Amino acid sequence: MENAAADADGHRPVAVKVTDLHKKFGELEVLKGVSLTAREGSVVSMIGASGSGKSTFLRCINFLEMPTQGEIEVTGERVSLARHKDGDLHPSDRRQLERIRTRLGMVFQSFNLWQHMTVLQNVIEAPVHVLGVPKAEAVERAGKLLHKVGLFEKRDQYPAFLSGGQQQRAAIARALCMEPKVMLFDEPTSALDPELVGEVLKVIRDLADEGRTMILVTHEMKFARSVSSHVIYLYKGVIEEEGPPSQVFGSPLSDRCRQFVSGIH
Amino acid sequence: MNWSWFPEYFPLLLQGIWLTIQLLVLSMVFGLIIAVPVGLVQVTGPRWLGAIARGYCTLMRGTPLLVQLWLLYFGLGSVFASYPEIRQSVFWPVLREGYFYAVLAFSLNEGGYAGEIMRGAFLSVPKGELESARAFGMSPWRVLRRIWLPRAFRNVLPTLAGETVLMLKATPLAATVTVLDIFGVILRVRQNTYLTYEPLLLAAALYMVITLVITQMFARIESRVPSRR
Repeated sequence: MENAAADADGHRPVAVKVTDLHKKFGELEVLKGVSLTAREGSVVSMIGASGSGKSTFLRCINFLEMPTQGEIEVTGERVSLARHKDGDLHPSDRRQLERIRTRLGMVFQSFNLWQHMTVLQNVIEAPVHVLGVPKAEAVERAGKLLHKVGLFEKRDQYPAFLSGGQQQRAAIARALCMEPKVMLFDEPTSALDPELVGEVLKVIRDLADEGRTMILVTHEMKFARSVSSHVIYLYKGVIEEEGPPSQVFGSPLSDRCRQFVSGIH
Repeated sequence: MNWSWFPEYFPLLLQGIWLTIQLLVLSMVFGLIIAVPVGLVQVTGPRWLGAIARGYCTLMRGTPLLVQLWLLYFGLGSVFASYPEIRQSVFWPVLREGYFYAVLAFSLNEGGYAGEIMRGAFLSVPKGELESARAFGMSPWRVLRRIWLPRAFRNVLPTLAGETVLMLKATPLAATVTVLDIFGVILRVRQNTYLTYEPLLLAAALYMVITLVITQMFARIESRVPSRR
């Protein structure tokens, strides 16, 4: 099943392509040339110890963090970059950056819902004000998505009155409402109480089953193994091992990766 | 107690109350219009602009409001008066009035105090919420208008309520530049009747009532916004 998915992937168009990404914070180089190709419909998981650079890598894809070197292509469009005086590469065309960001649905570790808006307002905010979707249409779309993540009844609540798991599901609905080409998950369950992790993982799994393209940074090894089509193990800013989950988790070529996947869980 | 003067001065008092409210509302509105950019550039703007804004706040908060008002009224006012072009312009009826200088001084002063408040307010909005706004393709301007500013305002609403009450109680200074606000009328009563306690007690009561109205209004706005944690 996993292999069949991997074979089919090879013929699908590329959704995100990152080439030779480097990132320095001052003297510290946290990413030392990481590349990734995510084809449409694939689920790429990034695993690795804290500080291995996996979150930084994800945040570079939509330029919440500026890379020091490298290239990023989203749905075939290459982000034009220019060297900034801080030494990093910054997008040189703000319009292009904003357009590309609308194709990337980001889900954060700490949810980052807008606290002054209700759940529904959170979900329709960017579709209405960035994409220009008519409000009635956005509300309808949001209603369906909130049903899907099991939060329709909570749509008029403010985020502060929701549990962490509910907030994260609302944040996923918010990202989906932009109808993004690719979903980016930055440790979506790391800030949750253990008993709330399951409800969020279930939503993410449903999205994978629908064939959504996703890049997922996670510490949930079992989940990564079962949901991914491709797994990348990062170690100190370099890809130490990558391949189908059966390889990375079952018979890794690298000793470090073997230790990592057997050491945890 | 002698309240026999009251009926005679009642219409003037009503006008005085109206003028005080005008002074307060205009000063707070213009003050906040100044405060938003003053606070913002200190948080996110280029360093030189932030330094100018910081200097402005220091100046406004470091000198007495009465001195600021008199510098504008007697200083700037007499400069204006010395230019025939200004005296003959359509603006002169406004530029001639103490009222104009009172609103100007109060607004500039409030801009300094509220600018400092807004600086903290902008900083108080969690970075992650601004990041998620950017991640969904919002332009910097839209992030400010839809997320950063409304979020910042709500965080400091109680502080702004206190600031409004303080501003109210600064408005009597306008009476020193010929404005017949509540305090101006009270001064006139005192001059004409040689009474001390009655008019001043009435003034105190009036300011007290307006203060209560202000706090009620802010409490109502705050209750419409859910509190966090």
